Amino acid sequence: MSACVNIRFNVNGESRAIDAPPMKRLLDVLREDLRLIGTKEGCGEGECGSCSVRMNGELVNSCLVPALQADGATIETVEGLARNGELHPLQRAFLACGGAQCGICTPGMLMAAAHLLKHNPHPGMAEIREGLAGNLCRCTGFIRIFESVVAAAASEQAADAR
Amino acid sequence: MSTSAKTRIVGASVPRKEGVDKLLGRARYVDDIEKEGMWYGATVRSTIPRGLIQFIGFDRRIDWTEFTVVTAADVPGKNHVQLIAADQPCLADGKVNHCDEPILLLAHPDKYKLREAVGAVHVEYEPLPPVFTIEDSERQDVIVWGADNLFKSFLLEKGDVEAAWAHAAHIVEGEYRTGAQEHLYIENNGVIAEFDAERGVTVWGSLQCPYYVHRSLAAVFDLPEDKVRVIQTETGGAFGGKEDFPSTLAAHAALLAMKSGHAIKMVYDRMEDLAATTKRHPSRVRHRTALDRDGKLLAMDIDLATDGGAYSTLSSTVLSRATLHSPGPYVCPNVRVRSHSWATNTVPYGAFRGFGAPQACFAIERHMDEIASAIGVDPIELRRRNFLHDGDTTATEQVMREPVILDKLLDRALAVSDYHARRARFARENQGGAIKRGLGIAAFYHGSGFTGSGERYLNSLAGVDVTAGARVRVLVSSTEFGQGTNTVLTQMAAEAIGLDYADVEMAPPDTGIVPNSGPTVASRTAMVVGRLIERASLQLVAMLREHAGLGAEYTRDEFFAACARYRAAHGDVVSLVRYEPPPGIFWDDQKYRGEAYPAFAWAVQIAQVAVDTVTYSAEVEEFWSVQEVGRVINPVLAGGQIEGGIAQGIGYALYEKVILQNGHMANNQMTNYIMPTAEDVPPIHVYFEEIPFRHGGYGAKGIGELPHDGPAPAILNAIKDATGVRFSAIPLLPEDLFSRLATRHSVEEAAAV
Repeated sequence: MSACVNIRFNVNGESRAIDAPPMKRLLDVLREDLRLIGTKEGCGEGECGSCSVRMNGELVNSCLVPALQADGATIETVEGLARNGELHPLQRAFLACGGAQCGICTPGMLMAAAHLLKHNPHPGMAEIREGLAGNLCRCTGFIRIFESVVAAAASEQAADAR
Repeated sequence: MSTSAKTRIVGASVPRKEGVDKLLGRARYVDDIEKEGMWYGATVRSTIPRGLIQFIGFDRRIDWTEFTVVTAADVPGKNHVQLIAADQPCLADGKVNHCDEPILLLAHPDKYKLREAVGAVHVEYEPLPPVFTIEDSERQDVIVWGADNLFKSFLLEKGDVEAAWAHAAHIVEGEYRTGAQEHLYIENNGVIAEFDAERGVTVWGSLQCPYYVHRSLAAVFDLPEDKVRVIQTETGGAFGGKEDFPSTLAAHAALLAMKSGHAIKMVYDRMEDLAATTKRHPSRVRHRTALDRDGKLLAMDIDLATDGGAYSTLSSTVLSRATLHSPGPYVCPNVRVRSHSWATNTVPYGAFRGFGAPQACFAIERHMDEIASAIGVDPIELRRRNFLHDGDTTATEQVMREPVILDKLLDRALAVSDYHARRARFARENQGGAIKRGLGIAAFYHGSGFTGSGERYLNSLAGVDVTAGARVRVLVSSTEFGQGTNTVLTQMAAEAIGLDYADVEMAPPDTGIVPNSGPTVASRTAMVVGRLIERASLQLVAMLREHAGLGAEYTRDEFFAACARYRAAHGDVVSLVRYEPPPGIFWDDQKYRGEAYPAFAWAVQIAQVAVDTVTYSAEVEEFWSVQEVGRVINPVLAGGQIEGGIAQGIGYALYEKVILQNGHMANNQMTNYIMPTAEDVPPIHVYFEEIPFRHGGYGAKGIGELPHDGPAPAILNAIKDATGVRFSAIPLLPEDLFSRLATRHSVEEAAAV
């Protein structure tokens, strides 16, 4: 690999700086340099979405993002979802509704679902399906993932109403 | 009896035991684990389907002194993967029998240097003629395995098939084919291995069956049992794809660890996993069926063949299950099944959810619709006339001693899908439109647990113990890979002991800690292992009552106080029990006669499919599944098993095609091996009927594999209902629909002119 460059970015609200080859995948930077192992590799070619993270507010496949491109970026990973030991509403809903089985697609699925709810707090079923279409789950058949997103949206609504 | 008693925790949708760790992203899968001084391993694989290895050359541009290189010559024990037979080498020795067969292993501290190094090893071959299809293999012009290319054959006979043809009012024949299917677990195969002269081999890995890997490693390294330790890490999906393959990968990593002196991590990338690991067996099933004038089955003559790939692996047991599921859930006085599994020069086919049953079920359930057309009976009515009932005998002459409620399942499926009204509506709406809709049905059983005498041979041992820290632990080698082992077994232990769900945990899935409760396969965990945990838990309570003064009624604190007293007086608080077969079980392995399975799970599924006659796409629009799986231990998890299995079945029918070129998987990427996405799965409606099975854990029977058996025939039956065109092979892709429907339309148009 080529010579390293210094990369500074904000990950889950913390400023971080690392030295990495410019073309190192963001996925590997997160997992190896920052030891944020929640982000998973499923295919390495942007098909399965297991490595989904949010970068500057966009949902990206971190296996397709070179480290250099992440310089100066704001990154959100699954590790940033829970706050102060409290599960995120999506995490609670996935637990209650059976949205996670083997769990390997779950971090990416949660990030895609969080991204969806951020832009569309009360998505319809067609919007949920479209929002999660880039994330493959081989265990659930997606049905309980859809239910989890609906439940999380409803609980968010309940929280907003308070 | 426990199965009829009211329960607190069994039957409740308690959250998945390891769920919070998975949702927080802190569950540790194998690639998340690092070891001190760890190196990485990689594999040099065959580029030809069959041949003799003439020479292995190493490119001089690489400094090979940095690498550890392992070949077959480095295997200290037996150079084979120990499974049923021992024909598959760990590393090719002089010849290769399939593309992507492992020949040589490399290790290096920098994983980025390994890829270049793999490409810098040049293997020269003298090619031998390969065999790629069932037809080529059974012709036996080229022998690629054993004396005759034949891994296994079975003959199942009931009554006298030959005598029945003469009395038949109808004889209907058909041939059905299924393709290979890739598991596509989202976590690829991976292990970490260490070798230590004193402690022997230790392997951590993504796997289903720790003791399978344990046994294979002991043979490869010629080590006693206590010098091999296998630990399952969190496993990101398996579906059978991590039943046998991890034995190979674990041996590879451990061989590199032994020679390099370093811990070795080997985690496949997607392309390597797809190209080199097992898939579902392709099949060809021929049916010849005799019926009387009332549409009752008189004789079924079934010829079933599977493509087993280059080595025998699990092909014999997959063939066994296919054989036993091939006559479907019907009564027939005369049945003959002749089945064969053939060798070809492709990556060995292996275990995959359903294990031969989806292939067999596709054939019989498509064939039932063809019979219905041929004799002019409604497909629903044909099935109803021939369903098994209590007291009937199957093709193996197993008497149905447990309730069989196929009629009830069918009635409910028809009701919840509003079948008749829907079908009438489609018949109207299909006139003239480009979209043709149809409904298709499949009725089937899935045998729970190992076949025949299998569970007796396994002789599983399982139990519970209580730690000094007041935790009850379930002691099993049965593993969690998404299907819910951790949850349902701890539910059962908590129920039986009278504790809260939170008081019970799983002991680590480590062969150094847990007994061999058998492999995590064959829809056996909740039923067979669950029953062991129920018994062991009740035995624990009895033991504490007898030896530690536990009262007839007790609180949580009193229970753990009794455990402490027991520990002080007698040592470890542990209760183990061994498998006991249900009484009156008889099975003849030679004649294939008797109790094929201790219990059957039953289902009726209905698919609604829309065929677009402009784009030639077929879309499953809605799906109903009604099943009887014994007691449902956790409704949310059980529903998830059914839905997930149906989604895989939809992929099997309409999306997933393994394209082999010269025996190598050409589409070994998620870009071009296509599984159903969130936009492809239809609404799936799941209904359970519950009849507790008295020999299963809290009444459970098998559930995991059942849902995958029915979708493919239900979908193709629906396509026939929609278009009137019969399709007999899966996967059925738009180009296949085009080739038949476009021709038919042009004929129709020509006729109309």
